Amino acid sequence: MTDRPLKQIHLAAHFPGVNNTTVWSDPASGSHIEFDSFRHLAETAERGKFDFFFLAEGLRLRENKGRIHDLDVVGRPESITVLNALAAVTTRLGLAATVNATFNEPYELARRFASLDHLSGGRAAWNVVTSSDAFTGENFRRGGYLDRADRYTRAAEFVQLAREFWDGGEETVRHQGPQFDVEGRLSLPRPPQGHPVVIQAGDSDEGREFAAATADVVFSRHSTLADGQAFHADVKRRLAAYGRKPDELKIMPGVTFTLGDTDAEAAELAAETRRAQVGAPTAIAFLEQVWGIDLSDHDPDGPLPAVDPDPGSALAQGRVRIGDPLAIAAKWRTLATEKKLTSRELVIEVTGRQSFIGSPATVAEQIDFFVQNDAADGFILVPHLTPGGLDTFVDRVVPLLQERGVFRTDYSGTTLREHLGLPLPGRR
Amino acid sequence: MPRPLHLSAALDSPGHVDAGHYAALARLAERAALDFVTLDDSFTPEPRRPDALATLARIAPLTERVGLVPTVTTTHTEPFHTSISVNTLDWVSRGRAGWLVGVSATEAEAKAFGRRPTAPADALWAEAADAAEVAARLWDSWEDDAEIRDAATGRFIDRDKLHYIDFEGAHFSVRGPSITPRPPQGRPVVAVPVTAADLAPDASPGGRARVSTAIRYADVVLLDAPDHTARLTAATELRLRAGEHLRILARTEAALPDAAAVERLLAELAATGAGVDGFHLVPADPGRDLAALAERVVPILRARGLFRAGYAGRTLRDHLGLARPASRYAAGPAAATDSAGPAALAEVTR
Ligand SMILES: Cc1cc2nc3c(=O)[nH]c(=O)nc-3n(C[C@H](O)[C@H](O)[C@H](O)COP(=O)(O)O)c2cc1C
Repeated sequence: MTDRPLKQIHLAAHFPGVNNTTVWSDPASGSHIEFDSFRHLAETAERGKFDFFFLAEGLRLRENKGRIHDLDVVGRPESITVLNALAAVTTRLGLAATVNATFNEPYELARRFASLDHLSGGRAAWNVVTSSDAFTGENFRRGGYLDRADRYTRAAEFVQLAREFWDGGEETVRHQGPQFDVEGRLSLPRPPQGHPVVIQAGDSDEGREFAAATADVVFSRHSTLADGQAFHADVKRRLAAYGRKPDELKIMPGVTFTLGDTDAEAAELAAETRRAQVGAPTAIAFLEQVWGIDLSDHDPDGPLPAVDPDPGSALAQGRVRIGDPLAIAAKWRTLATEKKLTSRELVIEVTGRQSFIGSPATVAEQIDFFVQNDAADGFILVPHLTPGGLDTFVDRVVPLLQERGVFRTDYSGTTLREHLGLPLPGRR
Repeated sequence: MPRPLHLSAALDSPGHVDAGHYAALARLAERAALDFVTLDDSFTPEPRRPDALATLARIAPLTERVGLVPTVTTTHTEPFHTSISVNTLDWVSRGRAGWLVGVSATEAEAKAFGRRPTAPADALWAEAADAAEVAARLWDSWEDDAEIRDAATGRFIDRDKLHYIDFEGAHFSVRGPSITPRPPQGRPVVAVPVTAADLAPDASPGGRARVSTAIRYADVVLLDAPDHTARLTAATELRLRAGEHLRILARTEAALPDAAAVERLLAELAATGAGVDGFHLVPADPGRDLAALAERVVPILRARGLFRAGYAGRTLRDHLGLARPASRYAAGPAAATDSAGPAALAEVTR
């Protein structure tokens, strides 16, 4: 490790999402839907020489107890359309949209990403997600037809087919596979990047294998040092089987951050933010997700519910599944007893993601340490305020990373592939 | 008072995939203060062009007033995606989005998706009507004041102001609500292309279905008629069946290489008694012809008092003189006046 040249850090800006990470009650919180908010964050990220700007997706509003979840930000635009508009007000920043492979068709989506890549001069990226739930399917022609076991089968063939369409140029693509039987040619030349960058965000064994076989970037949840290192090693190890080098796949965990003039001030601000993120109603709603029962009478400032969760419940809809509710409840009870936590404090404790908290110098040092020690190749930063949540990071942390020689002082290329150090893919 | 003249233009430029080209054209259209520009689309490999809605989103921040109306087809696309994409175009353009409804009738397009065979035109347009219904319900599914940010109760939205749309049709069902809040215009402008032959007594089933879709859902009809008589007959019939709110723009070729061509177009645009509200100009050479339009045609129309001096409003609805509709789901008197007129209701056959 000591002889190795310093790794260059990759950074992305995540537009604040429709979950409780995003604090909407702060007076500084602006619109989550007006274009100016997207523009502000994208322009800030580009000022900070970030690799890309990132939009998540959810194709059905989340529900709790059969009603629309109303405690977090609700509502967002269609990602690819916003990114095309952002391409007009930025010149180098990569533009990444999360789009579901289950509720789209390869020809149409390949064409939409090829269009974005042309219209942005080679800056498009597609975060391939694979949820297959019937709940979301109620908004679509196909419904919830996809078995969970088939989600990556479809996604893998989907991405392969999209790449065939991108490569197609003047030739008609003829594809017959288990999922798709199609024949066509896009109305566009090969995209400037050859293939728009493919990002993957699943975590299961199949998800990791899919990433190793297919993706250019992994967006992971493994953001603590040890967890990140284990994930990094596991996914990079899988690459050789596909004839790929470790460099050809960048691992970028999602992280939040809180900056202060001093570490102590930052810690205080971070604790305040956590309390704003997990108000009493949010704590109860979170417990209901796991317990699967109505807990509206439960005291958030008292101990965890005495009853056991109902594992078969469909109370909470439209969220990524959490795991075995009984096991989770048992683990939390132990934790709450050990640390003497109320229900709300417990939720604050267990829903905290890896967060870089400190003065700009501390945060720059931590980020660099994580990357040099292979817990990540960079980070997708998730600000908790729209649209100004990245301003201080760009003004105060980025210059320190640049001084350390681990982050670009300017873009050296024009395409996202160039920012990520990924080769132009050959035509198959 | 004479009805104000409405002008729009097609930006279609086969072979161009660069944003700069389309931005330059849209700026010319904006200089001429046109109501809107259109960009056609399909899933055929020719002509060479990028996705139309993407292209107009790309140029939205580079323009300020001109309406942006892409073709989005309904045969292979998910209605949910269409609704949120047009909605988002409205957000990124601050209320300038429209949707030119189209269908995909070709074998090549069916094979590119590999999901269903081609269908006859009447079935495709009936499905397009369903897609328009779903899009409009989804736009309405968030009431305008649904976002409340009530710190006291911790609620970001008033969920009683979000509505399931529960659409069930022959081809799809959609539960809702939209994931995207109500667009700035309430409902972006819906345009449908119609030919005079579609309205003739011997119209094809596809033509009739297209007219039904237009009558029920269109704010604007782009009317293609071979001559003035056919145009007047078709426009009169359309207005009778759809009501006064419909804006009918006659498709007019606009090749403007020289002064004589400019004179001919001026004579055409100034002719009264054609029964239409204005024109949809289809340039032969968009760069040349839109420049001629902005520099030579529109100034003369203005000098003659036939066309407005500039934009009075901000949104495409403003330009077209169309009111912003209330959400159909909103309680109260505003919603009651929002239903389609009796003429339109008579068209509902399904
Ligand atoms: C960091 C991260 C972010 C994700 N973001 C989204 C998203 O924006 N939209 C979505 O539909 N799914 C999202 N997912 C879900 C995954 O794409 C995937 O569908 C899910 O994790 C199930 O796959 P798995 O079993 O391999 O984990 C995300 C997952 C992770 C780990």
